[in-house]
Amino acid sequence: MASSTAEVHSRMTADQRDAYLKGLVQGAKAAVPKALALETVRSRAEALLNEHAFPSARDEDWRFTDLADLLAHNFVAAGEATVGEADVADLRLPETAGAQVVVVNGRISAERSQFQNLPDGVIVGSLQSHLDLQIVERLAQASGHHEVFTALNSVGFQDAVVVWLPRNTVVETPLQIIYLSQPEETPLLVQPRCLVVAETGSALTLIEDFGGLSAAPHFTNAVTELWLDANAQLTHSRIQREGAGTFHIGKTAVTQARDSQYIGTAVDFGARLARHNWEIYQTGEQTTTKIYGLGAIAANQHIDTHSLVALSHPHGVVEQQHKVIVDDHAHSVFNGRMAVAQKAQLTNASQLNRNLLLSDKARVDTKPQLEIVADNVKCAHGATVSQLQADEIFYLQSRGISAPQAQRLLIYAFAMEMLETISVETLRSRLASTISKWA
Amino acid sequence: MINENSEIILSVRDLRANVDGTEILKGLNLEVRAGEIHAIMGLNGSGKSTFSKVLAGHPDYEVTAGEIHFKGQDLLELEPHDRATSGIFLAFQYPLEIPGVSNRDFLRVAFNAHRKARGEDEIDVFDFDDLIEEKLNVVKMDASFLDRSVNEGFSGGEKKRNEILQMALLEPALAILDETDSGLDIDALKTVAGGVNQLSTSDNAVVLITHYQRMLDYIVPDYVHVMADGRIITTGGKDLAKELESRGYEWVLEADRTGVTA
Repeated sequence: MASSTAEVHSRMTADQRDAYLKGLVQGAKAAVPKALALETVRSRAEALLNEHAFPSARDEDWRFTDLADLLAHNFVAAGEATVGEADVADLRLPETAGAQVVVVNGRISAERSQFQNLPDGVIVGSLQSHLDLQIVERLAQASGHHEVFTALNSVGFQDAVVVWLPRNTVVETPLQIIYLSQPEETPLLVQPRCLVVAETGSALTLIEDFGGLSAAPHFTNAVTELWLDANAQLTHSRIQREGAGTFHIGKTAVTQARDSQYIGTAVDFGARLARHNWEIYQTGEQTTTKIYGLGAIAANQHIDTHSLVALSHPHGVVEQQHKVIVDDHAHSVFNGRMAVAQKAQLTNASQLNRNLLLSDKARVDTKPQLEIVADNVKCAHGATVSQLQADEIFYLQSRGISAPQAQRLLIYAFAMEMLETISVETLRSRLASTISKWA
Repeated sequence: MINENSEIILSVRDLRANVDGTEILKGLNLEVRAGEIHAIMGLNGSGKSTFSKVLAGHPDYEVTAGEIHFKGQDLLELEPHDRATSGIFLAFQYPLEIPGVSNRDFLRVAFNAHRKARGEDEIDVFDFDDLIEEKLNVVKMDASFLDRSVNEGFSGGEKKRNEILQMALLEPALAILDETDSGLDIDALKTVAGGVNQLSTSDNAVVLITHYQRMLDYIVPDYVHVMADGRIITTGGKDLAKELESRGYEWVLEADRTGVTA
């Protein structure tokens, strides 16, 4: 397989790929509003891009994800756009009423957003209105910015959703960010950006929802930085259900100070090709990190999750589960890296990746990657790739349940285990109904 | 309870079946009438469990000859789930664990599949909850079992009680209990046996497959059959089980070989 992947990539030479990347960078830069010049952030990212190449299958991190189809399109940086209420209505959740940010083509739509249910002192809004905060200390400063697509976003984002929770603020209403792309005739590059700073002792439930308005090709290159200061608690759901023509590359960079707790659930149902780089960096002891992933893909969809949990302090707890249902010719890639440094003694980590194949042509590549230097730690990991178990189906049949219904029940159960980690009920039940239709 | 005028529920004639191309059942005959309790005993490998799987329609077992009639229908024509809704119930020797499916949902979906097959409306969650709470008493199960995944993390005895709970809910015409007693402690055995006795009526029938006579102290069979090499080689009353327990199987097998009636 490796040789055929290399062949596909070889349609473009390394020089051509570099030229392609330069073109994206120039276009993205040109579309940046003057008020958001952010010289320090932009120039550092651009310098990084000058030193890095557009990824190919020769890069270990991109071995199983072929970007040739993306390279076949000339994406143009999106401009300001609007959406009608009808495009948003289905995505709004009753639980988040009054705390909904709608982002269209990478810019906040004031018209569609609602902020009235947020407590005093909490900042939720556009970066342009909040440049006075200590933004530069946080924006594009998270570890993991050394990566081509993250840097491309840093060079070209046209707005950012800024969420800032002051010390000890507990936000009861979950905050929902809805990202939409309004298609044009030329395929667009859309680069949403989000920065969340949860100061010491604060708590928030955050939903990021990438919706799809059309099946036309476009390229979403999203970056979200989440800062959890000491003892902060953040529950995060990242839902990716973009249209069938979308290339979606996303970065979630989480920085956790001591005693903080991050619970994240990432759901990938949409897009033609989706890559999620999910990186968690520990900067103090006794952090808790729980990350859950659910993918359900069919036809020729390709999803790729590369996660990294980097621990450098003692008493960290990490629980990771990643489950994917793969049908037809779809292809799922999972690379779960855990880096446990010498100082991260008494870390208790577990990782489990389970894949359910519903077709002979479906493909899964999975790789746990444990890098453990500390000598007094617990790190369990496992990966399974299986089909529906004939004995389980027979057991259900023997109770009067038909074979197709038994299969649906088992697929649903497989997925629900991950969806149950989502605390916002309407979101959970909507995603569950997608699964039951899907299965 | 033997009543020679009652309905024939199950009739098996010269049944032969293969697993992976090896013949396991070699001409089995059995007739079961409503109200009867039959015990099938025999050594390991005699074909007892294969017979139970063939009745339930497990796809790994291929019937090569013979016939099975169940309440007048040709059972071999029916898919496994149709056999279940027609009234066949197999209590598994090793009930499966199904992570992620709550016992309550599983039982409700199964119960509604039966209702649908009878042309009745499905019952809703609330009515079902009332019904299942009542059935829990049959096997003295705690309601907390309903909210756990099917059999996941259940002890051996809890799994077997969960099988009898399903039987209580689905009210089959023919229940086949495949080594339901194996591995049970005496209290669990009494509970399971008590459940089965409570569910036995003059309209249904039970086939107990077992190695051990012990369960037959609690569920008294009308007939005891001995299976060997894929056939029923002798049939007696409940005393036959006691005799097998004290004398072993060799005398029956020998009698079968020499053609002398035991």
